[in-house]
Amino acid sequence: MSRSKSVRQSMAWLHTWSGLVVGWVLFAIFVTGTASYYRPEISSWMRPELSEAVSDPVAAATSAGAFLRKTMPDAMGWSVRPPNAENPAVEVYWWQSPGGPFHHALLDPSTGERSKVRDSRGGDFLYRFHFELNLPPIWGRWIVSACAMVLLIALVTGIVTHRRIFADFFTFRRDRSAQRGWLDAHNVVGVLALPFHLMIVYTGLVTLSSMLMPWPVLTAYQGNGLRYYAEAGLMIAGRPPAGRPGTALPLGEIVARAIAATGQTPEVVMVSGPGDAAATVTAYFEEPPGLAHLHPQIAYDAATGAEIGRIGEAGAATRTGAVMVGLHEAHFAAAPLRLLFFLCGLMGAATVATGLVLWTVARAPKGADPDGFGLRLVRVLNLGTIAGLPAGLGAYLLANRLLPVDLDGRAEWEVRGFFAAWILAAIASALYPRARAWPLALIVPAFAFLAIPGVDALTVGEVRFLGFDAAMAGLGLLLAVGARLTARPRQNRTRAILHRAAEA
Amino acid sequence: MSADAVRARVHPALACRLAIAARVLLAILGGYMIAALASGWLALVLPGPRAEAVSTATLASFAIMAAAVIWVFAARSLGRAALVMGVVAALLSTGLWLAGAFQGGSAA
Repeated sequence: MSRSKSVRQSMAWLHTWSGLVVGWVLFAIFVTGTASYYRPEISSWMRPELSEAVSDPVAAATSAGAFLRKTMPDAMGWSVRPPNAENPAVEVYWWQSPGGPFHHALLDPSTGERSKVRDSRGGDFLYRFHFELNLPPIWGRWIVSACAMVLLIALVTGIVTHRRIFADFFTFRRDRSAQRGWLDAHNVVGVLALPFHLMIVYTGLVTLSSMLMPWPVLTAYQGNGLRYYAEAGLMIAGRPPAGRPGTALPLGEIVARAIAATGQTPEVVMVSGPGDAAATVTAYFEEPPGLAHLHPQIAYDAATGAEIGRIGEAGAATRTGAVMVGLHEAHFAAAPLRLLFFLCGLMGAATVATGLVLWTVARAPKGADPDGFGLRLVRVLNLGTIAGLPAGLGAYLLANRLLPVDLDGRAEWEVRGFFAAWILAAIASALYPRARAWPLALIVPAFAFLAIPGVDALTVGEVRFLGFDAAMAGLGLLLAVGARLTARPRQNRTRAILHRAAEA
Repeated sequence: MSADAVRARVHPALACRLAIAARVLLAILGGYMIAALASGWLALVLPGPRAEAVSTATLASFAIMAAAVIWVFAARSLGRAALVMGVVAALLSTGLWLAGAFQGGSAA
């Protein structure tokens, strides 16, 4: 028996310490990833000038192609997203090398020039932060992936540990009620959404698997990833550049052919080697109904408009991987299911947060012993992350409404607002008196979120944003409830200390 | 619990911390190495189309790494953990060699 007990103990140790080391980054990944389920809604709220009117995708693609030819005729690639109901502007990217930088612009579909909407990164900032942490992409992705792997291990070891905790539920420990409260909270949010947590962390690793695990492609394809994608049915095999300049058809002409061929407007069209005689235009269509993240694709010769090829059928394993990516992104989910995913994401963030707090509560010295440096450091980092990040998010949205609309580098100022508010809130929460630190730290983002509807009403005031504003007010209330709840367990702790003192 | 373990618990000495650091290193580096070797090998030996084998191997790699890491921490002693990881890595490398991964030089 001692053998199995010691395995469980080492699993509990691994759960505690692995969870602590990556907990703060994980919390930020969970929160921004959860917000990304509503990326289109956040983006459209942050660009209120964009009307919902949908314009002609063919004309929009032609004018976008003309804009890109003017901007970077010798690009390695262009990407054009024709307007649709979710995104009324034309979104274009252009780049010179596969590693970027990827230049980005929103175009007005009627003029083909840069849109006059306020400059903002919208929901895309939160989406990219979710897996790049606003660091250079490669660094950010590796750090996030390492944290995800640690989370996967923390989840498995947490399950092993939990079998013992389940028995502990029936053990009455009156003098440790604060710790038990946090433990119960950690277990409830962790176990209730456990299938989601396991799914989201594994599928998250799968989304970055070509970077994390290049080895199967290396051994089976000698590292030729494009060939693998083509054979697997994920991409259409590309053509080598001809090396001489060519004349392409207007981009709208290709879009018109794609619409004629499928009856669907492509979600995105990508042009590879746009100035070259062998330029190829690939039309990506929306995923058909179902879980898999597999976009139907048709490739066209940019000069003649002739169809070059269509994407192959993905096999079972490849389709499984695509379903995993689809599950992670939840594009398939209609409103109620997306809300469920959102709530599960919040529970993931809450699991991390309660786990971090539990670490400090379980290690609080008994009686009059002074707090050690490690304990104080973890407390400060907990406050700064769990209460600081929401303050940053509130500031990001408020900055969008309060900064002058034509400010230079406005999008970057919004991001600076996010980080400045986060850092200030973290520093302030480190200085609050210990006894009231949590309620004070949480009430700041609560007010920031509660202020969003009012600020929106005064600056933009459009009826179509009522739902978004109500959701922000709801988040503000949730944070206020959190502030109130964290003010309460202290009484329990005082009672516990009194109780212990009475026993002594 | 053995007397050593009790002593290590009461006096978290340097040796104990070093042992933990060594396990962490073995888990991270060894775990990734096992996952890399195993997925590279599976991509060559799994039946069916080549692309499908690559997809299966890639999807499985994260579970393999998680299992290896957990095993390193569950093992009775650091030496045992290191020995088993070394043997598995050697077996997988032999498997890769037998499957022809090192021919042509591009995969070495």
